Amino acid sequence: MTIASLIATPSELTDAASSKTAIVLMTRIRLARNLAGQPFPGWAKPAQRAKVAEICSAAVAAASPLKRSLNVAVDQLGELEKQILVERHLISRELSGSKQGSGVIISKDQTVSVMVNEEDHLRIQVLRAGFQLKKTWSVINELDTSLEAGLDFAFSPSLGYLTACPTNLGTGMRASAMMHLPALVISSQMEKVVRAVNQLGMVVRGLFGEGSDASGSIFQISNQTTLGESEEAILKRLASVLQSIIEHELNAREKLLEADAGKLFDKIGRAYGILQNGHLLNSGEAMNLLSLIRLGIDLGAFPCANRSTIDRLFIEAQPGHLQHAQKGEFDPAQRDLLRASHLRSEFASFVHPDFSLTNNGKN
Amino acid sequence: MACYVQVILRLMANPLKCDLCEKPATVHLTQIVNNKVHKVDLCEACAQAKGVTDPSGFSLSDLLLKASLNPETTISGAVCESCGFTQSDFKKHGRFGCPMCYDAFKGILEPMLEGMHKGTTHTGKVPQTALARISLYERLTKLELDLTDAIKTERYEDAARTRDEISQVKQASHQPPPR
Ligand SMILES: [Zn+2]
Ligand SMILES: [Zn+2]
Repeated sequence: MTIASLIATPSELTDAASSKTAIVLMTRIRLARNLAGQPFPGWAKPAQRAKVAEICSAAVAAASPLKRSLNVAVDQLGELEKQILVERHLISRELSGSKQGSGVIISKDQTVSVMVNEEDHLRIQVLRAGFQLKKTWSVINELDTSLEAGLDFAFSPSLGYLTACPTNLGTGMRASAMMHLPALVISSQMEKVVRAVNQLGMVVRGLFGEGSDASGSIFQISNQTTLGESEEAILKRLASVLQSIIEHELNAREKLLEADAGKLFDKIGRAYGILQNGHLLNSGEAMNLLSLIRLGIDLGAFPCANRSTIDRLFIEAQPGHLQHAQKGEFDPAQRDLLRASHLRSEFASFVHPDFSLTNNGKN
Repeated sequence: MACYVQVILRLMANPLKCDLCEKPATVHLTQIVNNKVHKVDLCEACAQAKGVTDPSGFSLSDLLLKASLNPETTISGAVCESCGFTQSDFKKHGRFGCPMCYDAFKGILEPMLEGMHKGTTHTGKVPQTALARISLYERLTKLELDLTDAIKTERYEDAARTRDEISQVKQASHQPPPR
């Protein structure tokens, strides 16, 4: 498979059929693995990096979920292609800037990606739309076990999987959920949530921006520690934290409706108007408007079936996707015009909001 | 489940103040300096001024690690024989050179892990291939010691038998691992 056909193929996150959940947009688990007896990528000499890359990419490409996948060296990818892969959460920014001997293998459906010679020899990642920690773990666990049959992983019975950075030691596992939390942001509760979640050993970060008012109200919550607990225990703890954040978000939505439904509907209605008629939209504003429409869908003002359109537009509004769709590179001011024009055409046929809320917010 | 909700509610009711100004703190760091755990609470603005918010990676933990690598700590002469990485390389990069470094730098690692993780012992998944390699390595090490000992004490029959065993074990280990 080539990078061009991969980009043209609908991904797990942009696929119209897959976005069913209201608050958790995506679940993702990543495992850090290294080969025994080989220096870590950051310390390896070019020849050692090349040797590790060869061994790893052959073993990974032969694993069953990665047959007929894209298997490419980072230095063979263009800047825009790398940016698109970053925006789809398939490679890290670190990998996209890395030197010779780094690569990535991505499954056709874009749910599995394995980075080679990033910070560790292997960064195995599985992502799924929606809240699916168990399913995601079972897929990545199976893939990891099948890779282990052909690759000798650096492991210590007492310290677990040995990683370049001791913060990933042990399970080498980072599990995360991407959550849409507009009501917590609107009611200024996000800082408190961030603090509380931190105290529970989990990390919150805005996905498309900084701090607690990340654009689009989309946040990523992940485990901070990797050693001293089994994978299952970490996942169980993360699941409880996510569940309680979901409850807080739902409560905040109810409170907003109780306190001043008119104010909330006004925000959503205005977002709809700007998306239908705006001519200049920067990425942050576009994300925030789309976030309000997604909240409107959750509240029943738009049909549920439109949620997947919004999830696709969250990604298509990013600079890499926008420029790729227009087949060229554009400066930020030109991108704002292009973004608004793309959203105008999408929203020209988008169903009109109905704020009678017949389904009572249980969309 | 319920207990997490309660913890969140309790924490929401008692906001912490930023250590540098009076604003509510939203960034909470656990720093390990000279093997002691320090908790730091910062507001969004102070955290950004200190460069501790980066949404793009797992750099929060990197920062914690770099903070723990205080340059004033005495640099011992530890070196990884396998890859040549030194303790000052570790202080500079915050990452190790190779998997064997975990043995070479055990002394500085152990106190650091206590502040960094939930525990200091792995209780998760165990890869069978790696485990087989480790036990093979331990077995060969023991046989080689036996061999040296047998030669030293002039037990030549034992020595010959041990040498055969070593070559058998080595040969068996070169078979491809079972699928
Ligand atoms: Zn402050
Ligand atoms: Zn080393």
